[in-house]
Amino acid sequence: MRRFADILDRLVLTPARNGKLRLLADYFRSVPDPDRGYALAALTGGLDFPAVKPAMLRALVTERMDEVLFAYSYDYVGDLAETISLVWPAPDDASAEAPALGEVVNTLSRVSRSDAPAVIADLLDRLDPSARFALIKLATGGLRIGVSARLAKQALAAMGGKDVGEIEELWHGLEAPYEALFAWLEGRAGKPQSAAQGQFRPVMLAHPVGEGDLEKLDPADYAAEWKWDGIRVQAVCEGGVRRLYSRTGDEISGAFPDLMETLSGQLALDGELLVGDPRLRTGSFSDLQQRLNRKTVSKKMLADYPVFMRCYDLLQRGEQDMRPRPFAERRALLEDLLPTLDPQRFDLSPLVDFGDWAELEHKRSNPPHPIIEGVMLKRCDAAYLPGRPKGPWFKWKRDPFTVDAVLMYAQRGHGKRSSYYSDYTFGVWAGPEDDLQLVPVGKAYFGFTDEELKLIDKYVRDNTVERFGPVRSVRAEPGHGLVLEVAFEGLNRSTRHKSGIAMRFPRIARLRWDKPAAEADHIEALTALLDA
Amino acid sequence: MRENNTPDKRVFRGRKKSLSSRVMRPQDLLHPCPEGLYCPLGDFFIDPVRPVDRALITHGHADHARAGHRTVLATRETLDIMRLRYGADFAESRQVAAYGEGLDIGDVRVSFHPAGHVLGSAQIAVEANGLRIVASGDYKRHLDATCTPFEPVRCDVFITEATFGLPVFVHPAPEVEAERLAASLRQFPERAHIVGAYSLGKAQRVISLMRSIGHDEPILIHGALARISRYYQGQGIKLGRLEPATVEEETATRGAGQIIVAPPSVLGDRWTRRFADPLSAFASGWMRIRQRARQRGVELPLILSDHADWNELTATIRETGAGEVWVTHGREEALVRWCELHGIAARPLNLVGYEDEAD
Ligand SMILES: [Zn+2]
Repeated sequence: MRRFADILDRLVLTPARNGKLRLLADYFRSVPDPDRGYALAALTGGLDFPAVKPAMLRALVTERMDEVLFAYSYDYVGDLAETISLVWPAPDDASAEAPALGEVVNTLSRVSRSDAPAVIADLLDRLDPSARFALIKLATGGLRIGVSARLAKQALAAMGGKDVGEIEELWHGLEAPYEALFAWLEGRAGKPQSAAQGQFRPVMLAHPVGEGDLEKLDPADYAAEWKWDGIRVQAVCEGGVRRLYSRTGDEISGAFPDLMETLSGQLALDGELLVGDPRLRTGSFSDLQQRLNRKTVSKKMLADYPVFMRCYDLLQRGEQDMRPRPFAERRALLEDLLPTLDPQRFDLSPLVDFGDWAELEHKRSNPPHPIIEGVMLKRCDAAYLPGRPKGPWFKWKRDPFTVDAVLMYAQRGHGKRSSYYSDYTFGVWAGPEDDLQLVPVGKAYFGFTDEELKLIDKYVRDNTVERFGPVRSVRAEPGHGLVLEVAFEGLNRSTRHKSGIAMRFPRIARLRWDKPAAEADHIEALTALLDA
Repeated sequence: MRENNTPDKRVFRGRKKSLSSRVMRPQDLLHPCPEGLYCPLGDFFIDPVRPVDRALITHGHADHARAGHRTVLATRETLDIMRLRYGADFAESRQVAAYGEGLDIGDVRVSFHPAGHVLGSAQIAVEANGLRIVASGDYKRHLDATCTPFEPVRCDVFITEATFGLPVFVHPAPEVEAERLAASLRQFPERAHIVGAYSLGKAQRVISLMRSIGHDEPILIHGALARISRYYQGQGIKLGRLEPATVEEETATRGAGQIIVAPPSVLGDRWTRRFADPLSAFASGWMRIRQRARQRGVELPLILSDHADWNELTATIRETGAGEVWVTHGREEALVRWCELHGIAARPLNLVGYEDEAD
């Protein structure tokens, strides 16, 4: 438990991705089975202990200490789990051995609701404050430490010198404490057999079209299709198991029963999840957002925002793994398959006809539908390969939108950038010409070079109006301010922001030192885009 | 030259006051004034925050030891530290108090006792008419090789600090924290480990601790701690090889895998940019609270304090046998509550001008 507590504490405070990876890989290397496997399960969200509730923990601690002293403590710390972990009175006989993570997980998974208080108290007695914190967070399902399941899998890949795609492919057939997986990663055993049904197949990703890329390619070798602005998903149906995965292999089936119910047979499809009815209309990304990040979904939600899948590729049909076959063949088989699927829930992403790159460029710039964000190029003879191989697939996105905004607030960055003001909130003008006010419309922390970062950092320090914690407000008036050209992928309506809009993927495209602040854009330029 | 080794009896003679026969109340012996804790019978202040005629100083931290008093009585080390900080003329005259030796000022007997806080730190006992009050100043009970350990003094009234006066503050063993720093150096050998530590006391304690667990490599120190660290070394405290953190020629790998000790204020500041991929560590009792570490962008919190934690505070109150406790600078309310629960009279003593010392 000690090592698990340590790594949780370190991960929370380590901002850099590489730092997290190293901490995780070192942990997996040095901690024995089964503890490391249970830690992996905890980090990837694979553990759930319904018997332990925060209110019970609070009652346990106030039985053991003065309520007023507890109240002072909780008020100061702010987090219940942390307060309890710190104030829990260590027993006089501190000789009891600290339980290992494996023991804790086994105990928690077997405990009944009525036994839980005594069992938890016994565990807390045997742990130090850090480990108590880890126990409480583990037991109440509150491990929020900035590590995605994908990052944990990447750490495993680094540890075993494997490709992360291999681990993702195996993943859904494995169970905690993952002893077979670690044995394989350490070269002590062969690859675990992926016996389970309905597994995720690592997705194939595209490179963006770079400067001069197209000239080297023969248009005849490639097929083009629209790139839709939804989320990339994989639908799998095997032996009665139906699963929907995000492109990183997270299972999201639960939120989309309307789509999954209609699947049958044995197949795996790659496509885009969108809102609407494919025969009538395709909704925007904003509409789709209503359905994302939900565990369950109401009837009304299902009726107002039905989802469907616009298919790009076929990965499995019956017993046949289609992935080694060329794209052209997979595509033909996909076209054959589609009429057998529910037309309200599945359709085909159409190919885009073109003779040369100029013609495709024209079509890309004038897409037939607002939900199209560019075109995909797929080599007709390429197999479906996991990861992002260079060459077979390209994405050629619509040019981003840009807006000239004024820097309003700057916040200190993290890690390498912690000495710089590197996170910028920017705004555009609103109101009548004689009473212009800036409304914040977004926040960006990349897109600039290291040199530019130094210049903005200096500008922020020289033009600070107010400081609150890590944030500085920067002088920003019509007569004085720094104009940032911000590029973004689109806008969503938002009730959370004062401006009523939220930008998608904003980044700093250029610093407009030359442009007077008064000449930055007005909010109408953005709202017009929203209404388009 | 009237230096600190020459007691100046004239200075601390004090006014004789005739005492009535009534029983003395604690507040007659010591009470808070805007300047600080005042003893009318001896006409002196303890740790005054404004210039006064006579000052008794518990230790060298800036919020306790200020310049500009006419006369100062303190331990030799505290006087030395004040001179390093404020220059030789920080007071008109200075007198050395040795640990454990009684000294009469007027009708009052005062004595200095080790507080275990920083080098030279003392508790001050004030006694008259059979009533003894101990003003602890800042103190701790955890072992610290850089100063004399705390000695409990029996008393009627104990004036305790309460910087970490909440049950959530229980400092772990210092060696455990030192090992965590050592482990991070092994795990991230390409990164410069910047350890924020208060420049008087904490910085030297961090260095001494690292030496005690076998870290023998040179440690780089920020200019702000150079003089005080040299003074500690001059007092026989082993800090090993120290090198200036800033040099003329900067390299991209400066400080990689090394410990750089600096005042907490530089963490996340431009100063750290000269080092290889700086990793910020902060040695402080506040690091017990995760949110505190997060707010400051600290990657490696080291829970290391020169102030007593909750268990030390409550154990010390018991050991002094005091029937009454006055609680100052910190979280008074929780400690007052604890005293009530344990049948000890207690009240907050609202002294102004003392800070958290970034501990
Ligand atoms: Zn102090």
